[in-house]
Amino acid sequence: MKILNTIFSETTNGALVNVVYILAAVLFIFGLKMLGSPETAKKGNLISALGMLIAVVVTLLDQSIVDYKWIFVGLVLGSLVGAVAAMKVKMTAMPEMVAIFNGFGGIASLLVGSSEYLSSVPHNIGILVPIFLTVVIGGLTFTGSLIAYGKLSETITGNPIIYKGQQWINGILVIALLFLGIEMIALQGLFITVDWQILVAAVALSFLLGVLIVIPIGGADMPVVIALLNSYSGLAACAAGFVILNNVLIVAGALVGASGLILTNIMCKAMNRSLTNVLFSGFGSVISVNGSSDEQGEIRPINVEDAYLILEAASSVLVVPGYGMAVAQAQHAVRELGELLEENGSEVQYAIHPVAGRMPGHMNVLLAEANVSYDKLIEPDDINPTIETTDVCIVIGANDVVNPAARDDPQSSIYGMPIINVDKAKTTFVLKRSMAPGFAGIQNPLFFKANARMLFGDAKASITSLVAEFKA
Amino acid sequence: MDAVFVLLLFVLVLSIFLGVELISKVPSMLHTPLMSGANAISGITIVGAILTSRAENIESELSFALGMVAVFFATVNVVGGYLVTNRMLVMFKKK
Repeated sequence: MKILNTIFSETTNGALVNVVYILAAVLFIFGLKMLGSPETAKKGNLISALGMLIAVVVTLLDQSIVDYKWIFVGLVLGSLVGAVAAMKVKMTAMPEMVAIFNGFGGIASLLVGSSEYLSSVPHNIGILVPIFLTVVIGGLTFTGSLIAYGKLSETITGNPIIYKGQQWINGILVIALLFLGIEMIALQGLFITVDWQILVAAVALSFLLGVLIVIPIGGADMPVVIALLNSYSGLAACAAGFVILNNVLIVAGALVGASGLILTNIMCKAMNRSLTNVLFSGFGSVISVNGSSDEQGEIRPINVEDAYLILEAASSVLVVPGYGMAVAQAQHAVRELGELLEENGSEVQYAIHPVAGRMPGHMNVLLAEANVSYDKLIEPDDINPTIETTDVCIVIGANDVVNPAARDDPQSSIYGMPIINVDKAKTTFVLKRSMAPGFAGIQNPLFFKANARMLFGDAKASITSLVAEFKA
Repeated sequence: MDAVFVLLLFVLVLSIFLGVELISKVPSMLHTPLMSGANAISGITIVGAILTSRAENIESELSFALGMVAVFFATVNVVGGYLVTNRMLVMFKKK
């Protein structure tokens, strides 16, 4: 290590290090580009990882590093924890896993900013502004992600936590943070004379803000929150890049920031809601009055035997999964049923709504895990125009994404949200435990449509019985 | 404002536009691995964490200690993020 250090410092004077950082940034960009298709995605991830590896290695060769011991302790422990978590996590628990990792990225950036603040590097405005931003964004990403983790893993209630004057309290907190920022950056300790006291105050307020902005958001809106926190973790890294004036942190952080923002935007569009509405409305806290009640009527239950007979005669079958499929762990049974249907001559596809599940693309991962070929996974826009010709739709644990009220009933609180038009298919089976309303607490007129058949019971048990009928 | 800062700001703006272009092309099927992969990239703050082992930071024990804790968290983020993304992507197969 000493020899390499010498080579680097004598021949390059730091320029080579920056060139290698640019190479790392290029690898991140290629990696993300290759994530655009399932054929190249795996390679893309490896290329991105390679970029990270060379960035870390070249940083370790930096001649100004004095002590390696603790770096290696951190690297080894962190690798162990990260590897074990990544290998053990169930695919159904992926949303909370991503949430907690976002949080770790946030706290790491916060700690880097704090460390620089307490160092003897001269504190001019150019460094104090990004330090403050790193601490605030990193801090609220950390606690916000912990709350999101708690809501997703159901260790805390998924219901929105709303109280009177909530917006005011958050507003006051933001103003307090701004004052603290001015004190830290411009006044440089006029009121608070000890450096670490300003820092502790900034960290504490950011932590509090992170908690307070996520608790009023309901569990069903967590996909948006994780996407947004993903973006914040990138922006925190970006701000840390301005603290240490490092190009690779800025490029990588900006890429992640943009990625999170786009996903946030896609999620909001798929629910026909603005980001402001998601963040501040406490959606799902009250059971919304749902339009006219005369649309309700008779429900038509069906048993497994009759469902089998209809499926047996179907030439096209569309499976529409939702979070309920993940809860029931029914994805493997669903794949088995799909294979039997194909052997029987049906065309089987899986229509996945962008907000099905608890994070963007969650259902695709679960079906891929169950060995469903990815070319059978399609988006609503690809199936809706021809859904009238589909013989049977099987709705498994999805509710709001197939609710025709979103299309037809201007009174409905989800009106305008794009849905999968399963009510227009020839026959639609709805697998459901009971008649309780969906996650957003909205009644679903689909259940009363003439083409709908309710198959009550645990989704996995129902699918398994259908599989048994086919095998019999 | 000094030149370096302005240059880095320029890099930032261009990177955001590039990010928007790249990410818009990712199909919704791959949004979960995209998110965890992007999450791993945000662990790039590990570079800043490692650099807190310089003389300017080590002078203050607290500064150094915070930096080393940052190394730990950033490493969890990086290693866990890439491994779990890889685990998901190998499952996407076409038959």
